[in-house]
Amino acid sequence: MSAVNQGTEDLPLLQVSNTTKLYGGRIGCKDVSFDLYPGEVLAIVGESGSGKTTLLNCLATRLTPTSGSVSYRNRMDQMRNLYEMSEAERRMLMRTDWGFVHQHPADGLRMTVSAGANVGERLMAVGARNYGNIRDTATDWLGRVEIAEDRIDDDPRAFSGGMRQRLQIARNLVTSPRLIFMDEPTGGLDVSVQARLLDLLRGLVADLGLSVIIVTHDLAVARLLSHRILVMRHGHVIESGLTDQVLDDPQQSYTQLLVSSILQP
Amino acid sequence: MSNTPKTKILVSDLAKTFTMHLQDGLEIPVVSGVNFSVASGECVVLGGPSGSGKSSILKMIYANYRCQKGQILITDQDEIINVAQATPRRIIRLRENTIGYVSQFLRAIPRVPALTLVAEPLIAQGVAEEEALARAGKLLARLNVPQRLWQLPPATFSGGEQQRVNIARGFIAHYPILLLDEPTASLDAANRAVVVELVEEKKEQGVAMVGILHDHDVRDAIADRIVDVTSFASAA
Repeated sequence: MSAVNQGTEDLPLLQVSNTTKLYGGRIGCKDVSFDLYPGEVLAIVGESGSGKTTLLNCLATRLTPTSGSVSYRNRMDQMRNLYEMSEAERRMLMRTDWGFVHQHPADGLRMTVSAGANVGERLMAVGARNYGNIRDTATDWLGRVEIAEDRIDDDPRAFSGGMRQRLQIARNLVTSPRLIFMDEPTGGLDVSVQARLLDLLRGLVADLGLSVIIVTHDLAVARLLSHRILVMRHGHVIESGLTDQVLDDPQQSYTQLLVSSILQP
Repeated sequence: MSNTPKTKILVSDLAKTFTMHLQDGLEIPVVSGVNFSVASGECVVLGGPSGSGKSSILKMIYANYRCQKGQILITDQDEIINVAQATPRRIIRLRENTIGYVSQFLRAIPRVPALTLVAEPLIAQGVAEEEALARAGKLLARLNVPQRLWQLPPATFSGGEQQRVNIARGFIAHYPILLLDEPTASLDAANRAVVVELVEEKKEQGVAMVGILHDHDVRDAIADRIVDVTSFASAA
């Protein structure tokens, strides 16, 4: 997975430091720190309730952390703390530079408008106004995620789960974002559909040089897509490193348990 | 210790122990005091019986395993990198351009055809897709993988076919350092001979190689030196 523009290559795109989210007295996630570089894919793994999604939401400004900071390098090459930005600036980031792929496509799509409009809407949010261009770009993106051209005017309620997920990905990638957050993007899909989606994601991430933070409980998905991995338990990052190193030579007791619990088909 | 420019890999005082937390923290010592070096154009074969730690050493050089002690110095152009301490990001860059690994088993990826799988390391190094696919085809043909299989994902191939796809993937790109983990384990004589040729070509290009080879003929044909791993046995 080669990637990245020169110059800023050795500077992190996202810097997370001591990010903590408490729900009352309970820990969502605690003291999480890491850097994410351009073109890097980071997987966050752990069992249900380990704080993966809480952390992802804190990074993507969907939840406000209790303490800590998250800084992002914008296209002007300025490092900005997300939580010191105005609401309008954060929304602009979400609409242009970032994408968020939800586990349930219905959370990330507008289910009552056409597939083409779902993709076109993101383009209009960044200023595209020419109907012909928007439709052409939407058609192109539907093709890249393997949705047939004649389905552009159907709304996503008429799509299968796998198609909806691919549409959600197209909607996110159409504005050429630099950072994509994914929350269990393959969860709930049957394996053949999942394989197709993984293949697609793998290709897009490599071709576009995207940075990705992906939450998954599936270690095989983490191995296939990610360069680095964070293992979470009870809201803490208990182990991190190169994905294949953590999975093949896990150091912590809990990581050893996770790896040894995988069923071999 | 002097480090001439020809030295590509220098392993010193390396040690590895597995701690099995699920077995009450049982400690399994693998190797300790591992010392050897590999020069440009040289193929060093690790010798010793199964379980003596050969694969673990290879995996530590590739940073697939961690080590508890010691250094693994790698020459990367004009830099010297200690793999045992390098950041994940640096390791990823080393794996793209500097260290290749031919493993024993192919990790097939759903839906990805054999030809693309072989071409991928070249594409990652910046070779145009068309040229990468053409070179992948040539190499698969040389390893006697029938052309009708090239467009199929290798998950359903036979063991020998998968291994040849894996060899093609490992040998296609130029890496100054190449690690060979039993690349000939399930190959017939004709294909073993092709692997010997491929290794000879890499030597001519100055590639430093470390290999594990149980096949005596292949080992005798390509080894410049044999390092006996049993001498690094941990005192258990």
